[in-house]
Amino acid sequence: MSLVAFKPLELLTQLIEILVALAVAPLLTGWVNQCRAWLANRRAPSLWLPYDNIRKLFEKEAVLAAGASPLFRVAPYIVFATMVLAAGIIPSMGTRLPLVAAADAIALVGLFATARVFLSLAAMDVGTAFGTLGARREMMVGFLAEPALLMVIFVASLISATTALPAIAEHLATQSLGLYPSLAFTAVAFTLVLLAENARIPVDNPATHLELTMIHEAMLLEYSARHLALMEWASHLRLFNYACIGFALFIPWGVATGTVGPLALAFAVPVLAAKLVLAGAGLALIETVSAKLRVMRAPEFLATAFLFAVLGLLVHVLLRA
Amino acid sequence: MLTAPLDLQLLNACAALLLLLSFAMLSQRRIVSLVNLLIVQGAVLTCATLLLAWRTGQSHLYVSAALTLGLKVVFLPWLLHRLIRRLEVYWDTEPLLNVSGTMLVGILTVVFAFALAQPITQLAATTMRSGIGIAIAVVLLAFLMMITRRKAMSQVVGFLSMENGLFFGAMSATYGMPMVVELGIALDVLVAVLVLGVFFFQIREQFDSLDLHHLESLRERQ
Amino acid sequence: MIELSLLLGFPAAGALVAAFFGAGRRGPELNALCSLATLLAACALTVRVIGHGQVLLAHEQFFVDPFNVFLVALTAFVGFTTALFSRPYMRTEVVHGRVTAGRLRLYHAMYQLFMLTMLLALTTNNMGLLWVAMEAATLSTVLLVTLYRTPQSLEAGWKYFILCGVGIAQALFGTILLYFAAERVLGAEGVTALLWTHLDAVKGELEPAVIALAFVFLLVGYGTKAGLVPLHSWLPDAHAEGPTPISAVLSGLLLNVAIYAVVRCKVLVEGSLHSPVPGRMLMGFGLLSLVAAAFFLWRQRDIKRLFAYSSIEHMGIITFAFGLGGPVASFAALLHMTVHSLTKSAIFFVVGHAAQKCGTPLMDGIRGLVTVSPTIGWGLMLGALAILGLPPFGVFASEFLIVTTAMRDEPWTAPILLVALGIAFAAIFGRVQPMVFGETSARRLPHAPALLPVFVHLAIVLVLGLYVPPYLADWYRAAARLVGGP
Repeated sequence: MSLVAFKPLELLTQLIEILVALAVAPLLTGWVNQCRAWLANRRAPSLWLPYDNIRKLFEKEAVLAAGASPLFRVAPYIVFATMVLAAGIIPSMGTRLPLVAAADAIALVGLFATARVFLSLAAMDVGTAFGTLGARREMMVGFLAEPALLMVIFVASLISATTALPAIAEHLATQSLGLYPSLAFTAVAFTLVLLAENARIPVDNPATHLELTMIHEAMLLEYSARHLALMEWASHLRLFNYACIGFALFIPWGVATGTVGPLALAFAVPVLAAKLVLAGAGLALIETVSAKLRVMRAPEFLATAFLFAVLGLLVHVLLRA
Repeated sequence: MLTAPLDLQLLNACAALLLLLSFAMLSQRRIVSLVNLLIVQGAVLTCATLLLAWRTGQSHLYVSAALTLGLKVVFLPWLLHRLIRRLEVYWDTEPLLNVSGTMLVGILTVVFAFALAQPITQLAATTMRSGIGIAIAVVLLAFLMMITRRKAMSQVVGFLSMENGLFFGAMSATYGMPMVVELGIALDVLVAVLVLGVFFFQIREQFDSLDLHHLESLRERQ
Repeated sequence: MIELSLLLGFPAAGALVAAFFGAGRRGPELNALCSLATLLAACALTVRVIGHGQVLLAHEQFFVDPFNVFLVALTAFVGFTTALFSRPYMRTEVVHGRVTAGRLRLYHAMYQLFMLTMLLALTTNNMGLLWVAMEAATLSTVLLVTLYRTPQSLEAGWKYFILCGVGIAQALFGTILLYFAAERVLGAEGVTALLWTHLDAVKGELEPAVIALAFVFLLVGYGTKAGLVPLHSWLPDAHAEGPTPISAVLSGLLLNVAIYAVVRCKVLVEGSLHSPVPGRMLMGFGLLSLVAAAFFLWRQRDIKRLFAYSSIEHMGIITFAFGLGGPVASFAALLHMTVHSLTKSAIFFVVGHAAQKCGTPLMDGIRGLVTVSPTIGWGLMLGALAILGLPPFGVFASEFLIVTTAMRDEPWTAPILLVALGIAFAAIFGRVQPMVFGETSARRLPHAPALLPVFVHLAIVLVLGLYVPPYLADWYRAAARLVGGP
């Protein structure tokens, strides 16, 4: 499926979609922080703080450790690129866009895995204790989160008889409203995986720098300036992507399913914004009411996610619901 | 996926909830929470019975639902809570298998139960025939819970959960048993819990604890 | 109808009376009197059924045919003799300080309740009520097993409750499946779908797949109550730790009722499946129980546990015989049920007094019974010989019939049977001999032991071994026809 087969209008729309994703992702993180502050009865930092951070980082001069290999320099670009590609693949705003039709959900999981691998390798590259610590913990969480995520996608694809994410989204969008216990269980499983993969409480605290509790932050300690900026942006994008996968799997209404064009996006973007607002508030709520788990309890957490996904599968198989 | 009418969807949701509750009981460490989960299970059963009664018009199911409500949601949990308070047994933290392992075995058990239920599901003519597999799964999960726990109270909760599963199975397959049999079963369950209450006091008097580890001394050496 | 109401009414009334007066001076006498009344009602019912054939009573809720009426008579009789035995035994226990007067009240009330549940289980026509009665029988004896409140008895009671409870839950599921299969044929109006007589009439039309699954659950469930290996682990503890009268009725009567439930189900299942699989399953469980019990017998040091394992062994033989099927094997199984009940309860009577005299239930502590009390010593010797199948006792006759039928129908089982029986013989006889003869450390008992029941039982067993009265033989044959099929 070569890109030249698509009309220029479609390519333009795809580009707009990716740019919107890039622009909105840090805003999502800002919104989540805002909600957390409200719930904790604090004054929140500005909504645009993540943008400021990224801009400041780009203006600085990069400093690298003496023993850093080329992998260390290249990793931020690769991670960022995979996240951007993923943003293009996920049907956040439309299901007929060129890149969206290019890959299925399992390839998407593979993209996330690539990002995780490079992040971990880079962290271990410099040889510091914190980097290795973070990389090991990240791999443990990822090793358990991936089967859970795959099981979630498996259940969704069983229901829709395809693993292509846009097809799943369209299938669900055309269903009539009703109680689907299997989707409910799978949604819970997906939420748990989202919390684990995006370094949110209860699995990991995104604001901590305590050795005892860091997972994600530990891997970024050695980076500076533009590298750090790209990594930060990539993690904002990762949250955005996961949220959009969730929407596509469970609440796909509002996504442009018809002919492709910038006008179709004009309706999809506000709907997406509304969903993101609600999702961000929900995430902040979950983070506020949960306590952070001890690191060795993280496998249990993910086992619960896997269990919910399997339950959804079993309920679907047995009850056809 | 055809959309079924609302009451059938609700029944399916009840069945799915029952399964979820059984798994929740498997992983729960606080005994008070276990009994609360039992209350929720009883409530879900009552709802399912009422829905089924409304849908099929069989009036004896209303009586069944009232019986379930009175016994399994109100009286028995109250009795158990009283026992827990007086015996001061609140935690059951040393299972035979760790939580993740238990969950995995639980999943395998559910698959086995569904396979076992296949021939019956095919033959049944009732609305909720797919619930038979869930009922067998609940029974087997309760059984799993009983064999992986150490405190006597958890085993009792497992036993009652097993009864709940059997009740749900009877409802799904045959719209409940004849009334006299159901009354007899309810009486048996009630007497069983009362006997257990007396028994627990005897055990506690002798051992100062309800840990079943103390009850493992009788061996073939005698 | 009147006989049945009296049969069930007397134990019920007795339980109520004992709940209030059971701790009094005359408590044990009241107990025995109530059991005597039950026995008389049972005899009246038996005469009625033998004379008029099977009866359906109370809107078909109760069904008495030659198969269960003889079990009813046996239950009432052994219940009476055990009540007689328990009079001096429990009084001695009170003197020794192992039981308080208040607990004696519980004991008497539960004893009568237990009789009631067993008789209900035997006479009901409703498979669901059969289940309810079986569970009630377990519940009424749990508190009796833990009567002494020792750590071992509490453990035994807990295992008994949980294992039998879980097993019985499987039987409930089997009953549900049976109801499910029956409903498709008989319809769901009223309770007819669970009545055995109706099920028996339509057993050919019941759905085989469902019935097969139901039978597995019913066999596992009621088989747990009957002590079939590998579901037996509660049995030695429960039978050994309770008071001896309770051991006697548990071993002698409750196991029979459980086997009765299994056989009733087997009749239905064979009619539906038309395959030898149910019979083979019973044979398999029976053989396994027999062989396993024979080996376990060697490791026992407690005398009551020894005879509890012997009960498992004999239940294995009975199950095996019912599995073989056919008129001869079924006749032999029914005869074996009778003689085993009588002999085992007699043994427990003697063993109870022997343990009381020597102050310990361990076999190493019991020696030289015949020197201090010839009746107890010879009672134990004769009882052991009887249960081991020595001629001319009745056990020999039934075992002989079973082995010869096995040799004819399933020759490969006969050597297993004989070897297992031989191992059991050696184990038990080897233990009993030093207990009866030799130096003694036994002491006098404060209340004279009741040994009349022992010798009455053994006498009946002897008579049955030598000569089965024709009316009794006809009775057994009618029952065997009902059970074993043509």
